[in-house]
Amino acid sequence: MRRALTLALLAVLLAFPLAAQHWGQMFYVGFATRILIYALAVTSLNLILGFGGMVSFGHAAFFGAGAYTVGILMAEGVASAWLAWPVAVLVAALLSLVIGAISLRTRGVYFIMITLAFAQMMYYVAVSLRAYGGEDGLTLPGRSRLGAGLDLSNDVTFYYIALAVLAVALYLMRRLLNARFGQVIQAIRENETRMEAIGFPVYRYKLTCFVIAGAVAGLAGALIANQNSFVSPNLLQWTQSGTLMVMAILGGVGYLWGGVLGALAYLVLEEALSAYTVYWQLGVGVVLLAVVLYARQGLASVIARLAHERSVPRG
Amino acid sequence: MVELLAVEGLYKHFGGVVATDRVDFAIAEGEIHALIGPNGAGKTTFVHQLAGALRSDSGRISFGGVEVTHTSFDERVRLGIARSYQITSIFRSHSVLDNVALAVLARSGSAFRFWRALARETALFDEASGIAAQVGLQTKLTQLAGRLPYGEQRRLEVALALATRPKLLLLDEPMAGMDPQATHGIVELVAGLKGKVTVLLVEHDMDAVFKLADRISVLVSGRVIATGAPDEIRVNSEVKRAYLGDEAA
Repeated sequence: MRRALTLALLAVLLAFPLAAQHWGQMFYVGFATRILIYALAVTSLNLILGFGGMVSFGHAAFFGAGAYTVGILMAEGVASAWLAWPVAVLVAALLSLVIGAISLRTRGVYFIMITLAFAQMMYYVAVSLRAYGGEDGLTLPGRSRLGAGLDLSNDVTFYYIALAVLAVALYLMRRLLNARFGQVIQAIRENETRMEAIGFPVYRYKLTCFVIAGAVAGLAGALIANQNSFVSPNLLQWTQSGTLMVMAILGGVGYLWGGVLGALAYLVLEEALSAYTVYWQLGVGVVLLAVVLYARQGLASVIARLAHERSVPRG
Repeated sequence: MVELLAVEGLYKHFGGVVATDRVDFAIAEGEIHALIGPNGAGKTTFVHQLAGALRSDSGRISFGGVEVTHTSFDERVRLGIARSYQITSIFRSHSVLDNVALAVLARSGSAFRFWRALARETALFDEASGIAAQVGLQTKLTQLAGRLPYGEQRRLEVALALATRPKLLLLDEPMAGMDPQATHGIVELVAGLKGKVTVLLVEHDMDAVFKLADRISVLVSGRVIATGAPDEIRVNSEVKRAYLGDEAA
């Protein structure tokens, strides 16, 4: 049943650009790509926030680090996706290793504040990069080059690449969550002290989880830099971290599909409401309130309840 | 007597309150050693220090001849010191079997594995169900731990510690809050551990303590004022005065 649903969804997503082309609505291909990329970023946040119980308010730092890595490399003439994207992942992973190693020594509100503080530091680092646009940001000459006859500057091709990356990431996350590591992470969320008391080096597991999430956010950043052909300090600002968090809460914290649903709902709302008013955030706020009040576990929980099963089954 | 755990001059204070006051203490291999004392004597703090959940200000702890004073909490578990909690600490939204399986998992190789589903690792769950049976929960394996009656949650609490295959089991008031019948069940459970694992039993239920313990230590205001066989402790006047109040002496 679940597999059939997933395949049906995949079929729709595969057919989408063709339909858009057919009806001459190419704008929506770019829009859908943005959703896919944000879905990837929110999914990575959901891994630490929802499954690991680590409320990080600094996820934009890794997203932005990935984006800036691609931007700076391209400004320096390195346009190969095969080089720039892995480097973006690596930079984000290293950054999350440093930030995580320090932040994970704290708990609760302190953890939230320290991750926020680190992310703001990265924001000011980006602002101070005069050679790469400083506050104004950096316009990229084009998209990364993939070779193999694939031209990323074609929006449809880029859409498919983003879709493939997201699909693989979701599949790997599902494996991870059901494997030893994921089960340990989720048990730590539930009762960290007891996990220590039965002999798990809790800190190491949390840090590993934090780095995985940071690395994936870096990859999403690399994609968004390509999508926008532009990087700016805004990508690293605390409001960006907040947006990712709102998306996660909207979609369903601790559900495999929470990140996807959250990004989809948020960006569609933004798109639909901003056609009518510049105060579209008010509308998003109302929807968020409704979700928090009436479907506390987010949209994914509503769907799961309808389908009578949790998105990540155990056993 | 072969000492499994030896403590020298262990000290811990919180602000102006001295919780553990230069305690010298030893547990012999294979014994059930009870630690009793009035409320606020520092028993739980002492257990925290032995387990490694709290750092000591000074003093030494050695376990099986190896100094573990600065060894971390989880590392001590892997060396063989496991503890249960006075206030039940289980994985409430996991099933009974999953609870115990987590503790088995902790000592069955690395859990930095990202691919194979844990649910497929049947050996782990077989072992876990054996341990659940040991504490009498064999018919509750699929129940959510949070929905178990209190008495069975207390059994699961002990099972989690047992599943780490400890050499030394620190039981912090395993009978806390239980009715006489349930208490009897735990007494039998602990009695059944004798000879298999060394036990430090912190308990207020004196009937249980005198029934189970090979030796008893009495902790008052952070100091061990007496250690001995149950019969010696029963007649020790200092213990009576400190523990039962002046009138009893």
